[in-house]
Amino acid sequence: MKRVYVNEKWCLGCHLCEYNCAFANSGMKDMVLALKNKKIFPRIHVEGDEKITFAVSCRHCTDPLCVKSCIAGAISKIDGVVKIDKTKCVGCMTCVLVCPHGALSPGEDGVMQKCELCLENACGKPACVTGCPNHAIVYEERGERV
Amino acid sequence: MKQYVILGNGTAAVGCVEGIRSIDPKGKITIVSEEKHAVYSRPLISYYLEGKTDLERMKYRGDSFYDDNACHVLYGTKAVSIDPKKKQVALKDRSVLDYDALCVATGSRPFVPPFEGLETVENKFSFMKLDDALDLEKALTKDARVLIVGAGLIGLKCAEGIRDRVGEITVCDLADRVLSSILDADCAKLVQKHLEANGLHFLLGDTAVRFEKNKAVMKSGKTVAFDILVLAVGVRANTELVKDAGGNVNRGIVVTETMQTSLPCVFAAGDCAEGFDSSIGANRVLAILPNAYLQGHTAGVNMAGGNERLTNAIPMNSIGFFGYHIMTAGAYDGEMIEEKTGSGVKRFFVSDKLLKGYILLGEIERAGIYTSLIREKTPLDTIDFDLMKKVATNMIYSEKDRRKTFGDVV
Ligand SMILES: Cc1cc2nc3c(=O)[nH]c(=O)nc-3n(C[C@H](O)[C@H](O)[C@H](O)COP(=O)(O)OP(=O)(O)OC[C@H]3O[C@@H](n4cnc5c(N)ncnc54)[C@H](O)[C@@H]3O)c2cc1C
Repeated sequence: MKRVYVNEKWCLGCHLCEYNCAFANSGMKDMVLALKNKKIFPRIHVEGDEKITFAVSCRHCTDPLCVKSCIAGAISKIDGVVKIDKTKCVGCMTCVLVCPHGALSPGEDGVMQKCELCLENACGKPACVTGCPNHAIVYEERGERV
Repeated sequence: MKQYVILGNGTAAVGCVEGIRSIDPKGKITIVSEEKHAVYSRPLISYYLEGKTDLERMKYRGDSFYDDNACHVLYGTKAVSIDPKKKQVALKDRSVLDYDALCVATGSRPFVPPFEGLETVENKFSFMKLDDALDLEKALTKDARVLIVGAGLIGLKCAEGIRDRVGEITVCDLADRVLSSILDADCAKLVQKHLEANGLHFLLGDTAVRFEKNKAVMKSGKTVAFDILVLAVGVRANTELVKDAGGNVNRGIVVTETMQTSLPCVFAAGDCAEGFDSSIGANRVLAILPNAYLQGHTAGVNMAGGNERLTNAIPMNSIGFFGYHIMTAGAYDGEMIEEKTGSGVKRFFVSDKLLKGYILLGEIERAGIYTSLIREKTPLDTIDFDLMKKVATNMIYSEKDRRKTFGDVV
């Protein structure tokens, strides 16, 4: 199963992945209209300090605790991708409580959102990967892990 | 072909079905469901009253769940006894089911203390089931005065759910604070303030002792007039089936790490079970939905001949009221270390160089990183503890550990 991986040695901490993610999931055609002067709610985020930076997004775990814990039955894993049915989510944040990677956060409407690999938006493949200027984020097969 | 029987049709039952099917695609699964509904998200009954969800979206699994998993569901009947020697369950409708492996997933029921005069109250409700919420909904009126007995999770979620649909809400509890099972005194005070700012009234350290139709007489001598009474004092695990069959039962049905009860071929999972809580190193009932699923799944895998152990279950709650979020996990054991942040309070409990528990008020971002430290028993000297207190970030791990979790195998 292909996933998004980050090489922290190459990450520049430029946060472009966050913008590309927010744009890809905005459903809009124009990046400026979609993002300018707006607080963005990306599904990938950069963590780090002055020396080290890296982007974090859903690992699509082999045994996803968020799926088993969701009190609304809104999260499921379909064909290897962990997805949220946003119509069912009530924003209780139990997934935030259990995700060991800190990969979920609420969107603008308080409903949870997470990386679904851009497979269903106009991008078709992870926008964070496509737009990473230093190729620090890659989309590849590296075997299963918890 | 193996015959599986599951008693109860809640989250633990779903976990059990999915656990069985991960090993055995063929065996026959029969589910006995006392409630007449297909499985729904029990914790959402307050969100339903609040208008944040509806009956369709409350379905815990899609409409084809039982068909997809080849389950036969018997609605509106209940199991009345288990015969572990004959490997049979008797139902209320007098039919008998044979099983090779049985899972008791009967959940819990409201505990109602013997209040004097309770029978004189016309509009009284529990708040555990969808039907309770639907019944309560019929009684709601714009100016109804509501008395909720019990300031725990269920009573307060009910209050949040109905606030905008009634006149006024008073919540009483014998405990001197709100959410006494998950909050310490200081944190409870902060939460109470927030709830009061949102219109709830409290009578704490005080409870109803007697009811006279529309009036509650409190222990303190005060009286509270009400139109609607909600009883949310506490819950009791449904353990009787296993107990009567000679199985080992405390507050819940005692289970091992494989969810096996002391009766052969009988498993138990969810709110009715008392499994291992790794944060205290002993068995206890963990009446939360994630645990019901995890226990159910573990039971199912083992019923089908697979091998799964649940060794790192802990209590953990994420609960919000009127936009304010609270998260708690583990045991409040050892030294308390407090970190006040811009928007909230974090309290960590540390002993034996391990994070044992936490309480987060207001600031809950990426809290799963904390939960994971408790569940995995990560030695605190292998992480950046000072940073951890301030923010939940993957920066607390060494580069090597981070590479392991993030799959950078280069
Ligand atoms: C209002 C409310 C809010 C909650 N909020 C949260 C929350 O935010 N987060 C969280 O983690 N948890 C929450 N919970 C707790 C959570 O709902 C439970 O932990 C979870 O539903 C337990 O699942 P279960 O399958 O063990 O039991 P249940 O969901 O209770 O299912 C058991 C079923 O078995 C049936 N049954 C009982 N006896 C028999 C019998 N003899 N034969 C056949 N059927 C039988 C019962 O009727 C019931 O339908 C909440 C609970 C309530 C009531």
